[in-house]
Amino acid sequence: MSFQAAGYSLTPALPELVLTVSAMVLLMLGAFRGEKITGLVTALAVAMLVVTGLVVLWLPAGKLTTFGGSFIVDDFARFLKVLALTGSAVALILSRGFLEEPSRRIFEYAILIMLSTVGMMILISAADLITLYLGLELMSLALYVVASSHRDDAKSTEAGLKYFVLGALSSGMLLYGASLIYGFTGTVSFAGIAAAAKEPTTGLVFGLVFLLAGLCFKISAVPFHMWTPDVYEGAPTPVTAFFASAPKVAALAVFTRVALTAFPGITSQWQQIVVFVAIASMVLGSFAAIGQKNIKRLMAYSSIGHMGFALVGLAAGTQEGAQGVLVYIAIYVAMTLGTFSVILAMKRNGQPVETISDFAGLSRTNPLLAFFLAMLLFSLAGIPPLAGFFAKFYVFLAAIKAGLFTLAVIGVVASVIGAFYYLTIIKVMYFDEPKGAVDPVRTELRTVLAVAGGFNMLFFIYPAPLITAATAAAKSLF
Amino acid sequence: MILPALFFYLFAGICVASAVMVIASRNPVHSVLFLILAFVNASGLFVLLGAEFLAMILVVVYVGAVAVLFLFVIMMLDVDFAELRQGFLEYLPVGLLIGAVFLAELLLVAGGWAINPALVKTAVAPIPADITNTEALGLVLYTRYIHYFQISGIVLLVAMIGAIVLTLRHKPSVKRQDINVQNARTKAMAMEVRKVAVGQGLQDPPSREAAE
Repeated sequence: MSFQAAGYSLTPALPELVLTVSAMVLLMLGAFRGEKITGLVTALAVAMLVVTGLVVLWLPAGKLTTFGGSFIVDDFARFLKVLALTGSAVALILSRGFLEEPSRRIFEYAILIMLSTVGMMILISAADLITLYLGLELMSLALYVVASSHRDDAKSTEAGLKYFVLGALSSGMLLYGASLIYGFTGTVSFAGIAAAAKEPTTGLVFGLVFLLAGLCFKISAVPFHMWTPDVYEGAPTPVTAFFASAPKVAALAVFTRVALTAFPGITSQWQQIVVFVAIASMVLGSFAAIGQKNIKRLMAYSSIGHMGFALVGLAAGTQEGAQGVLVYIAIYVAMTLGTFSVILAMKRNGQPVETISDFAGLSRTNPLLAFFLAMLLFSLAGIPPLAGFFAKFYVFLAAIKAGLFTLAVIGVVASVIGAFYYLTIIKVMYFDEPKGAVDPVRTELRTVLAVAGGFNMLFFIYPAPLITAATAAAKSLF
Repeated sequence: MILPALFFYLFAGICVASAVMVIASRNPVHSVLFLILAFVNASGLFVLLGAEFLAMILVVVYVGAVAVLFLFVIMMLDVDFAELRQGFLEYLPVGLLIGAVFLAELLLVAGGWAINPALVKTAVAPIPADITNTEALGLVLYTRYIHYFQISGIVLLVAMIGAIVLTLRHKPSVKRQDINVQNARTKAMAMEVRKVAVGQGLQDPPSREAAE
């Protein structure tokens, strides 16, 4: 077929097509059968996310491009797509308990998460600025809705509105930057921009700054982090777990791809920005989290800090750096989803509890839950031999190899300061007087916690699969 | 040569005048009508520039959809515009000052603007000379850029689902007409005959729902 010959084969986009079509079919199912089918729609959505992941792995090997070169599937995209799909599927599993309450039986929740995941996959595969923007909007628009999905709660509505307004602002900045880049290079494709951007002209750097500012918003890096604590606190907890995992993967992926494939000619220009953003995020994430009383707010600052650590790898601008970013984000997703499964399990008399003092004496009322949370928090703090240590190890190693000693030293210092607030929670759990028993933990939360906790504790025994996949993925960018 | 210039001044003059009237008129409905006039004249300016597609889109989208929506909102919301405009004269000097600064900056920027002639050549898809730009857009929008078009469609689908999720409420107390139930009613279901003792009346009149 001539359309196929002209570079418009549909095969590389097959995972996206499968997920979009199945989302529409499930939407029809829900629309005709009503709210009582919410559980089935959610289960089928999880199944379709898994099937899509298998389709991603089934695609022919090597670098595939389609839609006139604006859509690219390489090892980098495969790695991150599988990760984003896993994050979305686990977040959906975590929200089963939330969706069972009669007032919150909204079947559209699963469909919005599926469509948001389609946006993430488009974003990860984007090879030009227009695909990037459309993927970003598709991802974010669904996120704004799920943030306020608990619509009778003032905090949830506020979270959705705040996220929407600030997200629109960041889209505006991103578009402004993209239009400047288009104006000064004459093309929107990353390869074309890389060919045109050999030296830093004022207009180009201006556009680059705005583009990166828009992307920093999405990964909630300082100084564009202000929305994160409010949105994380206000949104329903399963939604927060979703926000902290899959969208971060997609946004960080596109950040890395834009920096490394569209602007390799002016690395020194974006390196300054990334170094500044990384330092600011790490430091703010460590200091601001200390005073927090609410565990969801604390996790928001923790995620800001972790994005800073991941950007340390990108700041190196090397293949090792990209590999560090990929290892970091994969381990971060596992740690975050595990931690959120504990936060979701914290219920007394059917009411969720969210303050840190509510964790008091958990080691005596539910020792297993306390042990797994302690391990996950040690991992988030980066204490060996847990997975979180290796995540930090690879990014700092890349930074040192690239000669960014100051950045690496500040990163290590920030991670030590950050360890303080993680250890505070462990102290509250193990040494404070119990506050009463917690409700029995639901099966799906236990399963997620066991898998995520097991991964964290046993990663050091057999790290090869993840490291090999990340190396192959990073290589495909260079 | 003189005719396009005449039309330019006609459109531009009406456009600026109606823009002033948008903020100056007392009646908000008049403001929106002047806004529509400004849009129509701006689309005339686009036609003069040879960008007839933009002109059409401006009329269809802004006049046809956005401005009419504005009109509905203004007519339905009871906003007290007199109160909103109270500080108008008070803030006028500051506003004029800021406006003057903006104008000076714009003039400075526009005066010093020079387009690098090398940049114009870098356009990936050159502007076709032999066909109109509507036709040129139509040729690529559904072929070369079909995926952008489709992704935009999904974005709009998400917007629609979101609007429904956030606003639709199923109220259990709402009574809906069900013709089948109405037709299936029999005399026995609809009526109940009771013997009433003299001077006592009915103790608990059966409710309508119970009778159904």
